[in-house]
Amino acid sequence: MKPRWQPLAEAAGRWETDLGAWFAGERVVFRGRDLLHDLAPLPWMELLLYGITGRRFTPEQVKLFEQMWVLSVSYPDPRLWNNRVAALGGSARTTAALAAAAATAVTEARIYGGQANYGAIAFIRRALQAEDPEVLVMEELRVRRHVPGYGRPIVAVDERIPPLLTCARELGLADGPHVHLAFEVERVLKRRRMKMNITGLAAALAADQGLMPSEYQAYVSFAFGAGILPCYVDAAVHPEQAFFPFRCESIDYEGPPPRAW
Amino acid sequence: MTAGETVRSRIWSEEAEADNPFQARVCRCAGYDVYGEVIRKAGWSEYLYLLFRGERPAPHRARALERLAIALANPGPRDLSVRAAMNAGVGGSTGASALMAALAVGAGVSGGAHEVFLAAEVFARCGADARGWAETLARPPRHWHEDFWPAVEHPPGFEPYADDCAVPVRQTLDAVVEVMPGGLAQALRDGRAGLEAAAGAPLAMTGAAAAVLVDLGFSPEQAEMLFLLLRLPGAAVHALEQRHYGWRKYPFFRDGLVLTDDPGPVATPAGAGPEAAT
Repeated sequence: MKPRWQPLAEAAGRWETDLGAWFAGERVVFRGRDLLHDLAPLPWMELLLYGITGRRFTPEQVKLFEQMWVLSVSYPDPRLWNNRVAALGGSARTTAALAAAAATAVTEARIYGGQANYGAIAFIRRALQAEDPEVLVMEELRVRRHVPGYGRPIVAVDERIPPLLTCARELGLADGPHVHLAFEVERVLKRRRMKMNITGLAAALAADQGLMPSEYQAYVSFAFGAGILPCYVDAAVHPEQAFFPFRCESIDYEGPPPRAW
Repeated sequence: MTAGETVRSRIWSEEAEADNPFQARVCRCAGYDVYGEVIRKAGWSEYLYLLFRGERPAPHRARALERLAIALANPGPRDLSVRAAMNAGVGGSTGASALMAALAVGAGVSGGAHEVFLAAEVFARCGADARGWAETLARPPRHWHEDFWPAVEHPPGFEPYADDCAVPVRQTLDAVVEVMPGGLAQALRDGRAGLEAAAGAPLAMTGAAAAVLVDLGFSPEQAEMLFLLLRLPGAAVHALEQRHYGWRKYPFFRDGLVLTDDPGPVATPAGAGPEAAT
């Protein structure tokens, strides 16, 4: 019987892959294609999607994926929680990459961003397989008390849905089964005053282009960059440490009273 | 900040200087004067416990936390989180990026802090009861396989690549039980064989850490944070060490990558090569 560590022994010093490699001073292979020749004309978004999925997408699909970033999450408002991390980074005079990396990591949040996106695409894919999507919706409400992709913190209306839907229609990509189902679910949830949010629409659009939840999770991980970096840049030209500073008295203390050690 | 908006906290309070509302004169942690008193009277592990739990630890608990902190401080340069930090060091990246790399890589469900979180959840619910663990592993919670975290591939807290429990893991449990007997850590140490049979794998450091942290009263979320935090010293020093050695003395696996679909070099049209460009 082989020891349990045998797989590590077999992997030591050897990494077999079809992903790609750099041939120093010569060429780069990217998923079976020559990056510097075959893939050189690709837009960055198309290369990103090819790298994540290993599949090629039509120019319309690539445009849709790019517009989903532009219209959904490129808000240069430093009060938004992930952007605020970048703004704090600028205010504290850290580097752009550190601020961007931290804000990007923070974007994998429960009430918005990464976790919400993952939940939304997992839900809409599950709903399409369900015999009765309404039963699934009620089950989600019972177990999680919310349905991923529906409802929104702070405000109920999502101003991003009309422009993204218009864009998808113009590209001829708004009539997939997941998008139709997403609006059907919204009708079910209307009684509870829960409207679809951009997360729900974007997830449905992505599912209709064939993205699996893990692929979608990878794709959205850089989505907020066009909002994050300007927040850093803007804060970096304001006075240092001056981003919404707190007075000592701004800490509303609720713990034990002063005591001796 | 918008007037009237405040940060609520049960942990920290400050008294401002009379002439500067943005400079603290006194800082209190859970009511204790940090710079006036705690700094002289408390040890690091006592203060760490106070920050997380809001109360001073009993002396034996502080000693147990300190021993665990030593056990976790440096997983060594083979550990994936430390390797991540060394990659920052060797390329001359920023200090923060080295620790961010260690945190990110050391956060996962395979050997990382989220594995500690998942194991702590089971320890908090089942203790060191082998039957409880066996039932959990037979019917894992939904979030072990349907979550934005990658699916769990081995029982959390147990070692996927060993046949026996590592000596340092057993030594860590022994050292903790020595100062904090009678709790979950001791039940785990004494009943380890039963749990390992249930898991089909030996106990890992993630499992020992989860059990000790639950024993100390920390929640699974707190255990996850502490595991991330306590492993940073090793990441920091190994990143600095490799920065000093430089990339020439660091593995690149020059011949290790085996590409299975190499299309080969693209034929360059005559006159379009680098020579033609110069």
